[in-house]
Amino acid sequence: MFNETVLKEIDDIKARYPDRKSALLPSLYVAQREFGWLSHEAMECVSKALNVPEAMVRGTASFYSMYRHRPVGRHVIQLCTNVSCMILGAEKLVDFLETRYGVQPGGTSHDSRFSLVIMECIGACGTAPAMLVNTDFHDNLSEKRIEEILEKYK
Amino acid sequence: MDKFLLRNIENPNSADISEYVKAGGYRNLSKALELSPSDIMEEIKKSGLRGRGGAGFPTGMKWSFAKADPKFPKYLLCNADEGEPGTFKDRPILEKNPHLLIEGMVISGYVLGSEYGYIYLRGEYPAAADILNAAIKQAYESNYLGDNINGKGIKFHLAVHQGAGAYICGEETALIESIEGKKGQPRNKPPFPVNVGAWSMPTIVNNVETLSNLPYIIEIGGEAYSNIGSKECPGPKLFSVSGHVKNPGVYELPMGTSLKDIIYTHAGGMRDGSKLKAVIPGGISTPVLPADAVDCAMDFVAMPKAGSMLGSGAVIVMDESVCMVKVAYRALKFFEHESCGKCVPCREGTDWLRKVLERMEKGNGKEGDIELLSDIAGIMLGRTFCPLGDGAAGVVMGMIKHFRNEFEEHIKEGRCKLRN
Ligand SMILES: Cc1cc2nc3c(=O)[nH]c(=O)nc-3n(C[C@H](O)[C@H](O)[C@H](O)COP(=O)(O)O)c2cc1C
Ligand code: SF4
Ligand code: FES
Repeated sequence: MFNETVLKEIDDIKARYPDRKSALLPSLYVAQREFGWLSHEAMECVSKALNVPEAMVRGTASFYSMYRHRPVGRHVIQLCTNVSCMILGAEKLVDFLETRYGVQPGGTSHDSRFSLVIMECIGACGTAPAMLVNTDFHDNLSEKRIEEILEKYK
Repeated sequence: MDKFLLRNIENPNSADISEYVKAGGYRNLSKALELSPSDIMEEIKKSGLRGRGGAGFPTGMKWSFAKADPKFPKYLLCNADEGEPGTFKDRPILEKNPHLLIEGMVISGYVLGSEYGYIYLRGEYPAAADILNAAIKQAYESNYLGDNINGKGIKFHLAVHQGAGAYICGEETALIESIEGKKGQPRNKPPFPVNVGAWSMPTIVNNVETLSNLPYIIEIGGEAYSNIGSKECPGPKLFSVSGHVKNPGVYELPMGTSLKDIIYTHAGGMRDGSKLKAVIPGGISTPVLPADAVDCAMDFVAMPKAGSMLGSGAVIVMDESVCMVKVAYRALKFFEHESCGKCVPCREGTDWLRKVLERMEKGNGKEGDIELLSDIAGIMLGRTFCPLGDGAAGVVMGMIKHFRNEFEEHIKEGRCKLRN
């Protein structure tokens, strides 16, 4: 179960809406933070905290691509490959991440350091190619810059 | 033109309330609260403001439908989903000028008789979430939000709701489903959200940029506003320019600025040594234009005549190194991934289009594939439940129309000449 502090956080979220179901998306983020990913147990906790059927929790969670349905590495790289990034070389960076860090799209490196998610535009097209590492933006990427940036994520 | 939407954003503390107030912020709110809601409504109609989210619907008209509905409470939802690939125009407002949006929403709430607002923010903007939450907190502390705004007994509450990575949630009825905790699948219309929206109540959905124009209309008046830029859709407009230009970025320019000027004057022209091949003028869902068609006014009325759409004003500039088959394939991969699965023409159509484009791109295209693409797109057009599917079909049709030879080459030669 969620601890008292987390339950209080979810109560505060509920108070922002006229209806408790509306707290589902933000509560899934809370669960993902607490458990690292949306395990069966994590979703059960959300279901209980909001008094919403588990089927609805799972159904909603499955629709959105930013929820993690399996364990992820310590850091999640979310690299954009949509058109503005693609025409400035994003695909080569996908290959680079694989050869240099052993991480494939949708996968996690053996040392569990990185997971890689391919994104559909993260709103940094003017400074493409771009990625988010966890919640930090990094743009104007090149192989060299990626190496420098990822140094900081152990 | 003086900047309004991006005013003061060079100031590193522009998101702080004291800097915003120093630069004249919240003065328009005070001014608005001295006027009656119906007077402001008149100014908005006079201004000719049209929604900046993509469809260009007249804001005054949408608002009068919502106001005419006697049900309360009414909800004001700010669409900050900004999911259209190529688009990053709302981001500077959200991250650098959040109080402008808040001020715009409070004024809107006052006009509409709405006391509750939500900003539906895309999950991909975590920094903006922190900045907006901090700004909202400051606005509450300064009585620009709460139960007694400016000491006038006016009430407006505001919260941020974060999406979780689904492009379709930018569509207004899907956005409402999503804020209610469900999968983001579009609803049938009618009833329209202005009558039956979030939590079954009258709901107004407007884009970030649209709402951020409100303080400006109050500042200069509807009449003066209507004289900026294009006659039929006036006002300042944010354009996000990306791709092979010298200076990509967000530009605030009068609506109707020519696409050519945006590329060659404001964004500095093409990068050294490169030549323009094609432009996607309004985000990935709008049809491509070839290099010789960029002499057109960027607004909601002129762009359809030029063969595309203004969309979100996201200009993606491509030079001659770019393979159009590949761009089409990447775009369709996006639409297939983002199709919500509710209606057959879009769910199946995007899958098919992607498959055919994929084999062409990989050099395995077959005789008749171009016709097959046109057929599938033709069947989708006008038969999908929401505009996402139409957009996907339009993109493929535009590509074939302007770059047919490139598609033919891929089939004939079994490879892409541009790939090294
Ligand atoms: C597939 C799809 C995606 C959309 N994405 C967005 C978006 O990210 N932001 C936005 O403001 N409007 C988006 N729209 C348009 C909204 O449905 C709606 O028209 C708009 O938010 C209304 O605001 P406005 O009148 O201020 O433009 C999208 C529409 C469709 C069909
Ligand atoms: S057109 Fe596509 S996104 Fe829109 S309702 Fe149909 S399946 Fe969903
Ligand atoms: S296309 Fe990559 S950030 Fe927009």
